[in-house]
Amino acid sequence: MSDQTTSQPRTGSLTGSLSFALAPWIVAAVLLLFLPMIFQANSAITIMNQMWITVIFALAYNMLLGQGGMLSFGHAVYMGVGGFFCMHIMNWDSFERIPLPLLPVFGGLFGMGLAILVGAFSTRKAGTVFAMISLGVGELIAACSVIIVVFFGGEEGISGDRTYGLPFMGVEFLKQIEVYYLIAFWLMISAALMYLFSRTPIGRMANAVRDNPERAEFLGYSARWVRFYSFVASGFFCGVAGALFAINYEILTEENLNTASSGVILLVTFLGGVGFFFGPILGAIVFTLVQTVLSLQTELWAFYAGILFVATVMFFPGGLAGVLMMHVPAIRLGKAKLLLVPYIKTLIPAAIGILGLAALVEMIFHYRHASTGDNEMTLFWTTFDSHAVMPWIVVIAVIVIAFGVMRRNLPEMTDAWDEANHAEEG
Amino acid sequence: MNAMTGSHVPALHIDNLHKSFGKTEIIRGINLSIAPGERHAVIGPNGAGKSTLFNLITARFAASKGKVSLHGQDLAGMAPYEINRLGLSRSFQITNIFPKMSVFENIRCGLLWSMGYKYSFWNLVSRSRALTEGAEAILEQINLTARRDLPAGVLSYAEQRALEIGITIAGGADVIMLDEPTAGMSNTETDYIVDLIRKVTVGKTLVMVEHDMGVVFGLADQISVLVYGEIIATGAPEDVRGNPKVQEAYLGAALEEEH
Ligand SMILES: Nc1ncnc2c1ncn2[C@@H]1O[C@H](COP(=O)(O)OP(=O)(O)O)[C@@H](O)[C@H]1O
Ligand SMILES: [Mg+2]
Repeated sequence: MSDQTTSQPRTGSLTGSLSFALAPWIVAAVLLLFLPMIFQANSAITIMNQMWITVIFALAYNMLLGQGGMLSFGHAVYMGVGGFFCMHIMNWDSFERIPLPLLPVFGGLFGMGLAILVGAFSTRKAGTVFAMISLGVGELIAACSVIIVVFFGGEEGISGDRTYGLPFMGVEFLKQIEVYYLIAFWLMISAALMYLFSRTPIGRMANAVRDNPERAEFLGYSARWVRFYSFVASGFFCGVAGALFAINYEILTEENLNTASSGVILLVTFLGGVGFFFGPILGAIVFTLVQTVLSLQTELWAFYAGILFVATVMFFPGGLAGVLMMHVPAIRLGKAKLLLVPYIKTLIPAAIGILGLAALVEMIFHYRHASTGDNEMTLFWTTFDSHAVMPWIVVIAVIVIAFGVMRRNLPEMTDAWDEANHAEEG
Repeated sequence: MNAMTGSHVPALHIDNLHKSFGKTEIIRGINLSIAPGERHAVIGPNGAGKSTLFNLITARFAASKGKVSLHGQDLAGMAPYEINRLGLSRSFQITNIFPKMSVFENIRCGLLWSMGYKYSFWNLVSRSRALTEGAEAILEQINLTARRDLPAGVLSYAEQRALEIGITIAGGADVIMLDEPTAGMSNTETDYIVDLIRKVTVGKTLVMVEHDMGVVFGLADQISVLVYGEIIATGAPEDVRGNPKVQEAYLGAALEEEH
């Protein structure tokens, strides 16, 4: 019975399935177009620019991690080197003859060039060998950035001015919003190309080699060359992200290619979910929000981001995309609505409990670190004395009650889950 | 038939092949010639070296000594994918498929190289009617059309074995090597798989490992008996079965196994 339901969308009419496949892309394009009209503040545009650049980088990273099964610990270098090259183009006399929107092509080619050089030896093996080489190369290039000062600019990095480029249809890219649309344009192009890549013969074989390299070799494909081509394609889009970074910030430093940045993109991608094409998009959006919005609220944002990552790895190895896609069977069975009330009854207390825990962490931090005499702190729009007893009692009570309610309602949710995923026989 | 094809270049020719793992010599000088279009079964007790022989022919292992040629071409120094491109395809004793991919995609992976797509990043697989139809035709042959969109990993054992045969033949190789395709199957399933093999290897050269002589009796034109790394007899099924050397060595070993 359930076999039939899964094969139905494919046997539908070709035009039907085509518009079905295009729908998410159209929604994304419309969102990209109108978001700056909803969030008009400069700070919002800045956050979105950073977000879309991270989306491209994370998608490019997932061409390796999710689709090719290659764990890279040094992928920031492909974005960084692409960005540095673009910075030099911006500082070059002939830049006035190059339209700025074309810069990402150059960034991509430089990222790709580096990927060809490194991939030529690093893709020979997958697994630990590949991971260690990627780490070594990452460290090596990051170390070069302090040594080769002419190219990387030493500690200050390299800065430039994007407005020196050839005006593009009258646009000089002075304003953030102009840069926004440039980034959004390249995001759509890159995401579409990366998606299409996954549907090509080499993209399909990248999955095959990821799952079973030996079998792929006995079907005529060299696992090594399949990995190499994925690696090079990934390098291209990392370079595109690097170029957009250069355009957006007009400065690149060692930080853009060090191991910490490489680590962040791994976590971002994993948070979003490596198993689905759109996973890294979610990861990049959530992480950028944590990094920007949450960091304005609390100094401890990195601590919360760390907990989020650990919780993802431990409890939701499929990432955010995995959690969403878990619901597809229930939706197909038309029983997803059974989950709504149990979700509200369980997840709202859980959220309150988690916020309570965060409040406790903030209070401990304030209690330990605030200067003497400055006992007042503000949390969730409430100002109180962190050295008084009452706030502690309240917060601990909220946590205990919230998690208590969650625990009581949990069986109801698991029952609803089983019911929603249970196909009726016959 | 074999006498007549004898003058042609053999599909597969194995010359004085040796393989040692450490100090133990597992393959101890094998000579074998398989004519184009022949269905050749390699039988022998467990541990005789049948899978090792397959692994040597397909470059999964490097031989210690000796030569293998395919249609007269020396395979020395070639990687498995190069040998596959010359038209030799194999299956594995332990099911070796892409468990996370759909059944259809498993077959399609087997088709890609031979249909000339190579490392293409400018074609979309879903746009190629020839590719889709080719894969669907093979699904039909191996009777897995109803399973088309399921992940291969959830198929039953027998279905996975059929899928493995499908992947192996998908690329249109003219030499097909199957390593114990019926291992671990019930009698009905075995009959089904043997019929399937007969159907999908029409006009091709088949080399098949089997440890039960009965299974290949109606299928094979030629049988070689491999015992302790040596071929002790090669010939038509009736001749091999009647051969006293075979009866002694093979039945002896088979009896040993039962105890
Ligand atoms: N990779 C290997 N390393 C060491 N010994 C091996 C290896 N592969 C097979 N052997 C040994 O070679 C012998 C023949 O194995 P195999 O070819 O699998 O036998 P068969 O397929 O005839 O049952 C066995 O004794 C086995 O232990
Ligand atoms: Mg074996």
